[in-house]
Parts: sequence; structure tokens; C-alpha cells
Amino acid sequence: MIGIIDYGSGNVQAIATIYKNLNIDYQVITDKDDLKKADKLILPGVGAFDATMKQLIDSGLRDELNNLVLINKVPILGICVGLQVMGFGSDEGDLPGLGWIPGIVKKFNINKIESKPKLPHMGWNTIKDIQNHRLFKGIDNEFGFYFVHSFYFECESEDNILTTSNYSIDFTSAIYSDHIIGTQFHPEKSHGNGVLLFKNFAQL
Amino acid sequence: MLRSRIIPCLLIQNKGLVKTVNFKDPKYVGDPINAVKIFNEKEVDELIVLDIDATKENRGPNLKMIKNLADECRMPFCYGGGITTVEQAVKIISLGAEKIALSYSALTNINLCQEIGDIIGNQSVVVVLDVKKKKIFGGYDIYTHNGSKKSNWKLNDLISKLEEIGIGEIVINSIDNDGLMQGYDLPLIESIREKCSMPITVIGGAGSIQHIKDLISKFKIIGAAAGSLFVFKGKYKAVLISYPNREERKPIYK
Repeated sequence: MIGIIDYGSGNVQAIATIYKNLNIDYQVITDKDDLKKADKLILPGVGAFDATMKQLIDSGLRDELNNLVLINKVPILGICVGLQVMGFGSDEGDLPGLGWIPGIVKKFNINKIESKPKLPHMGWNTIKDIQNHRLFKGIDNEFGFYFVHSFYFECESEDNILTTSNYSIDFTSAIYSDHIIGTQFHPEKSHGNGVLLFKNFAQL
Repeated sequence: MLRSRIIPCLLIQNKGLVKTVNFKDPKYVGDPINAVKIFNEKEVDELIVLDIDATKENRGPNLKMIKNLADECRMPFCYGGGITTVEQAVKIISLGAEKIALSYSALTNINLCQEIGDIIGNQSVVVVLDVKKKKIFGGYDIYTHNGSKKSNWKLNDLISKLEEIGIGEIVINSIDNDGLMQGYDLPLIESIREKCSMPITVIGGAGSIQHIKDLISKFKIIGAAAGSLFVFKGKYKAVLISYPNREERKPIYK
């Protein structure tokens, strides 16, 4: 069963609808005690970094997630801010992140980029440098994925970069470390490519 | 490479979809959920849904309707209409919208943009500006309440202020061109485009794919939104929901 974590942030229902249509067993999880029922977890996210971390801490989800992900090695997919909280922290906030994947979330520094791209980076973009990973099996990369963000994950180690994308500069658009995966883009809003990615995640 | 966004904009009145001309004469064009289902199949880049009665009737957003729409949407979805509080905005995001759009409430309480952004992230805060050419002196005025109430804000001042706050996107809606299907107001967009470091989406006037193509080739990365173009067909404006498919879109983005 895929557990979609509902902590008051992110497109929980959009993801649930996709799994429903795929006929893949899922459950929207609001109570930390239900987390352990899931074989795989999805951590969605739309929101500011600190607001998201605070919700995870206050709901007691953080500690239980640390147990399940770090000790029981339950596979997890973080989306957008759900990816960003996997690092040590963010330029956007003061609270520490979960610290699962070494890295810091940074804001696009448009002053340093000659073409002065507009922020947020919003719309459909392609991914590249895709590491050989079953998550992206069958993806039509020309069609790409939907992004809406001003911050990106900067990995300490290249080993954790799963894909990159370009928005005047190259940035990391998906990260991984064994069973922990995160995407900066929103697969739940990326039509066929997104559906395929969720299906692939379920089959990992 | 990031590509421009081609965005159907749906107007809601009395729970039905309508389309206006110069913000007047709403014509019923069908059921919103049905439209979303078709737009899912067409794989649209994004969707804007505006409840055009909410502010006018001085009521909040219809959360049930928003939930029904968001449950169905497989594309990014922006909702606007009647949002006046942080709580409403947070609720709408939790129902599955990516973005919330403010207009009147932002113009009368600009701090609301920041207060909402602090919780849902600035990238998800959109401000819609309905603008109309000044009759004599040139330039544009900003209106609310479906074009019936003029705001005191000067367009440039407001854009600078929104930039300072750092919202996610500005949607510029031309009242003069709305529903005419004769093309976008390009000088309007030109006058604000350079000054603005935020993404801009323009709406008002698109009557053909060529209009969208012209807009994108002139301004590169931009949001091209349209109402009539995606709900009407032919010169008698028969109701037919349409949107270019993946292959048809490729040359537009280039």
C-alpha cells in the first residue's frame, strides 16, 4: 500500500486520484500511527519551508518518519517542499530539515545570472542527466514536468543527484539516496509523465 | 528549457461556466467539471478558474466547488475569486490547487499577499489585474468587481510593490480586449514586461493559435491565457472545448 502523507500541505487528493485511477492500493495518512501500515510513502508539499517543517514536527510525523525511513528503510518519495525538507535546511527558513540527504536548499540567485530569469521558475521544463533509475522508465522527456519554485536543492555529493534541469543555470531537479527519492517538480500535475512516475514508484 | 504556458481561463458564475465580452454579457458555456475532464485529456499546461461573482456578491470562495475541480485536475490549477483571508488561501491549497489568485483583496490590503505567501509560499500567490485603457491620457487603470470599480493604484506602482513583496505571478487581464478574439494588447504587455521580474500571464483577446504564437515569439517565456479561444468554435461561437495537442503545440513553443 502506498501511504500518501496528509499533513496539511500539498496535493494529496491529486495523488490519491492518480493511484485510484491506476487501481493501485493507497491510503491518505493523517495519523502518525498509520504510517507503518504503508509499504511506500509519499511526502507531498506546497508551502513555505518553515511552515512545512513545523507541521511535520507538531503532528509528530517527523519522529515516526525518521524511524520508518532511516531504520526500516521504507521507500519514500518527496515532492517539491517534500523534497526540500530532506536536506539540512533552507535559505527560505530557519528550522532544520530532516537531514536525510546531505544538502541545503538555496534560492536561485538571479543577481548572479546574466539573463535575469524571472522567479519563481514556473511552468513545464525538461529534466536531464537522468541517472539510470526505474522511476523514469518510459517518460517522454520532451514533454517534461511541471515546476513552480524559487528554491532548489543543492546536494553536497553528486552521488545524490538523480536529474538536473536548466533555468538559466543547471540545478538539481530530483535527488536520491537508495530508497529516499525527491522531485522538485510536481508529478501529480504533470499529466501522463506524472502518472507514469507514480506508477513506476509503486513498482520499485 | 522552460517553455511558455498556454492556459485556458475558465470563468464561473452560478456554478456554471460562462464567457464574457469586455467583462459583460456572460454567456453560459457548460459545466466546469466536464470542461476540466476534457482539458485533462488535452493535457493543458495549466488552468485558471475564476469565480467572477464571489467578490461582487461579497462572499467567500465556494470550497465544495473548488474541491470538486481540484480532485479532477491533473494539471496545475489556479483558483481566484472571493479570497480575503489567509485561512481561505491555505484551505484552497490543501484542497489541491497549486496557486491562489487575489485581486480586490490584494489591492485593498497589499499585506495580505505577504501573509498568505508566508504560509503557502510566495510562488503560489497570484495577483490578477483587470486593466482598462484610460480614455484620454493614455496608460491604464486597474479595476475590480468585474470591471465596475476603479482602483486608486497606479499600475506601475502596484507592480513595483508586488515585486518588493515577491509574489509568484501577475496575471494581466485586458478588459478592452476581453472576448473580442482580435489579439492580445501587446503594447500593454510591453509596457510592464521589462520592469517586472515576476512571471507574467496575459489574458484578453486571443482569438487564434496565431495570436498565442505571436505573443510567445515576442516575449519568449510568458503565460498565454485565453477564454473564448478554448471554448468557442467558428464565427457563430458554437460552444466547443478545444486545445492544441502535444504535437500541435510544439511549433508554438519554439
